[in-house]
Amino acid sequence: MALDKNGIAKRIAQELKDGWYVNLGIGIPTLVANYIPEGVEVEFQSENGVLGMGPFPFEGEEDADLINAGKQTITVRKGAAFFDSAMSFSMIRGQHVQLTVLGAMEVSQNGDIANWKIPGKMVKGMGGAMDLVASAENIIVAMMHSNREGESKILKKCTLPLTGVGCVKKVVTELAVLEIRDNKFYLIERAPGVSVEEIIAKTEGDLVVPEFVPEMAL
Amino acid sequence: MNKVVKNVEEALVGIEDGMTLMLGGFGLCGIPENSIAQLVKMGVKDLTCISNNAGVDDFGLGLLLHGRQIKKMISSYVGENAEFERQMLSGELIVDLIPQGSLAERCRAGGAGIPAFFTPAGYGTEVAEGKEVREFNGKPHILEMALTADYAIVKAWKGDTEGNLIFKATARNFNPMMAMAGKITIAEVEELVPAGELDPNDIHTPGIFVQRIFKGEKFEKRIEQRTVRVRN
Repeated sequence: MALDKNGIAKRIAQELKDGWYVNLGIGIPTLVANYIPEGVEVEFQSENGVLGMGPFPFEGEEDADLINAGKQTITVRKGAAFFDSAMSFSMIRGQHVQLTVLGAMEVSQNGDIANWKIPGKMVKGMGGAMDLVASAENIIVAMMHSNREGESKILKKCTLPLTGVGCVKKVVTELAVLEIRDNKFYLIERAPGVSVEEIIAKTEGDLVVPEFVPEMAL
Repeated sequence: MNKVVKNVEEALVGIEDGMTLMLGGFGLCGIPENSIAQLVKMGVKDLTCISNNAGVDDFGLGLLLHGRQIKKMISSYVGENAEFERQMLSGELIVDLIPQGSLAERCRAGGAGIPAFFTPAGYGTEVAEGKEVREFNGKPHILEMALTADYAIVKAWKGDTEGNLIFKATARNFNPMMAMAGKITIAEVEELVPAGELDPNDIHTPGIFVQRIFKGEKFEKRIEQRTVRVRN
């Protein structure tokens, strides 16, 4: 069965390595913080100016001055630090953050990503996404395989305005884990019970399928 | 040097139609809400506003948009404001969307006397159109210009009569860089204390960057996304 948002987050959490600083985008990526594997210690950076983000506050303990980049009220863990936006992006641009997880509207087989604008319809802005994808060494995209109209978001070439070029190396969807290499998608894992045929049918970009595709271990 | 002005009216004297303003804040966090209310009252228009976000429909910069006081916005993310989106898609409002890190650094550069810098952010996207591209260490970068403003309006937690500022938690965000980049910088603070009461070790923005400081009359501090967890 296809994964739900929490399932996607749980699979991405398996990629976390001990000692990493990690930036989580808005939406599914935020959920990754709920599934940190046992024995792994990571610090979450939020680009509005905090390192060491903790869980949401208890009701009644919300602080309007303490939010994440999604404008949600948060808490901080012991050892946290606050800083201004220029220093925050020094951490990002300077590659001091080891992993970025973010959502996307489209990803293409050369690693391009689009997630900030639909011309004439929706313009929210790129926020910190362009800085993040231009500099991060490790980018994992968390997204649904298809859009609401059922069209594939895993493409030969993006149709929407780009956020970054040739930067995405891994994509986790409700159906599969894909890696991007040599201008192709490689099918690495499939969601439990999801057939390779379904993944092939829902992937518009060139997909390399090995003889045996393991199921995700969640 | 005493930078204290009596109130918000006195603080904003000199702001006129057509000027460029920087306004600190991220979402509704750390915004100079008393000054925004005063700009609404003053009715100044054709403003160019440099601010990471554009508020929500009925708070923050949304209040200035509602009265059509803004001609141009320079921001990185404007997704929370329906009136903004309407004015932008209809062409009433000129919008320059730029990557958040580039926005922060452009303000910092403006205040630091650096006219421009190269960054990888936005290469190969719409943001790079018309901008010089240069390769460093095998990677393409684009040239981004510094930003300055006629007035920068920032919000701090504590300030002293010399204009030294301390921010609280994530309400710091863009405020320190914008304070540096204003020809005249106005700080509204929650607590205003005599010089000497703040430990010099704790100052985030030194008073040299601040020309006017006042104690804000009221801080609503609206929360945009109230997220909580259940007590076990």
